[in-house]
Amino acid sequence: MNNFRITDHPILKIPSSRSVISFTFNGVNYNALDGDTIASALLVNGIRAIREHEESGQPRGLYCNIGHCFECRVTVNEREGQRSCITKVSNGMDVQSSKKLPTPFKKEEAQYG
Amino acid sequence: MVDLLIIGAGPAGLAASIEAASRNLSVTIIDEFTTPGGRLLGQLHEEEKDVWWNGVEEAHTLHEKAQENGVELLLETSVYKIQQEDVYWSTHTSAGIYHSKALLIATGATEQSLPLPGWTLPGVMSIGAAQVMTNVRHVKPGEKGIIIGLNALSFAISRELRLCNIDLEGFFLPPDHFLTTDQAKPLSVLNNLMTLSHLAPMNWMRLGGKIANNNRWIQKQTLSFYPKRGINIWQTPVHVRKAVTSINGSTQVESVTVVDLRADGTMIEGSEENLEVDFVCISGGLAPLTELIGLTDLKLIAIESLGGYVPVHFEDMRTEVTDLYVAGNITGIESAKVARAQGVVAGISACIHSFNLRNDDALEIAMEKVRKERAEAKLQFHPEIEKGRTLLYSEKGEVQYG
Repeated sequence: MNNFRITDHPILKIPSSRSVISFTFNGVNYNALDGDTIASALLVNGIRAIREHEESGQPRGLYCNIGHCFECRVTVNEREGQRSCITKVSNGMDVQSSKKLPTPFKKEEAQYG
Repeated sequence: MVDLLIIGAGPAGLAASIEAASRNLSVTIIDEFTTPGGRLLGQLHEEEKDVWWNGVEEAHTLHEKAQENGVELLLETSVYKIQQEDVYWSTHTSAGIYHSKALLIATGATEQSLPLPGWTLPGVMSIGAAQVMTNVRHVKPGEKGIIIGLNALSFAISRELRLCNIDLEGFFLPPDHFLTTDQAKPLSVLNNLMTLSHLAPMNWMRLGGKIANNNRWIQKQTLSFYPKRGINIWQTPVHVRKAVTSINGSTQVESVTVVDLRADGTMIEGSEENLEVDFVCISGGLAPLTELIGLTDLKLIAIESLGGYVPVHFEDMRTEVTDLYVAGNITGIESAKVARAQGVVAGISACIHSFNLRNDDALEIAMEKVRKERAEAKLQFHPEIEKGRTLLYSEKGEVQYG
């Protein structure tokens, strides 16, 4: 847990009584607050790398945060390709990163970076 | 089957739903976000001293009014196909197919990116992403960030990040390549900043803008004497002669490499410097989100001052396709107040043109309100918006579509 959670703000009203819920990310238990998206819940838990690029294995995080770019896609309760930035966390939710996939027909590993 | 289906629960979609539902149309709005309001949700700026435009509250007010009028709202629902059948529209969504007599596409805007080495690292995000994180999710995007891209959007959002006590290294240019074009050229950027002189804390630019207006020699002098430590806007240094050349880190953002630029935009060798940050915001500006228009027979036209390709439409938000309407930022990048006013027009227009409601003066009053909001807008995204609108609405016959 970092201190990224904003608890007071000079203009915006920050709701104070949000219930704590728990979910798992890649098999590890984490806490979130009711109303969090998967992406915001992971961020307050110090996790920026949400998935691995399917071909290169490079880490990817949220980019647009409103569902346009699909960079933060995860598997939610066994449903693939869900956007973590517009999917609310619920109690007991199972979230899995998409992982690097095998490339058996590729002659050489592509060079990235 | 409903009378009017609206795609997008932003200021335009919500305002349209209220107008149509209060005139007894059955209305459903679909939006894939978790909360109604669209990009309005992120907005928070001080219009006059101590008078704040609070997007969250504005969205809440619109949502409540829509509910009072019996509008059905489907959130966390994505549209992936629309099709015009004989006398109705079929909208295919992640929650099933919906039929409606009329369709309003109010999908708003999308952010443009400025790709650079390292931009796929976790911790790099669009400036709007950071805004949603703080103002909607109430979570900081990081401890210390840097902003790439100098424009109306990044200035407005930097202040919102500062309100959350987030440390910002400053505004920097993107590296100069074919995708960043003018946004990487110091002179173009400085000229653009001059047009933002209506933003109160930029008095220095207002002054500079007046002197330098259309005088290239003075503009170049301004650039030559631009202070190396930048000029602060809302406590964040603005650098017009420094660019970020790469974002560095092994599994997430750890630092950025910045380089000094000559007035002509070329890099000064040996001036590279690494700055430690844990997040990076990329601000490439906004463009109309027109993907769904591609599924209709509606034509798109490129108008730079409106932010890119926009669907061809009339000032009353009708289109050349029967029973299809557009409103909000999909018709051009403008403030939320303009979008909201356009939504009112679209709602009334749909009642008149698709449901034979008597055409009283409500439509003309609503259109006049759009013009007024446009003229009075505090946050203008392009200095020639009115010209762009005139091109669309007045000289329409002369424009080559295609």
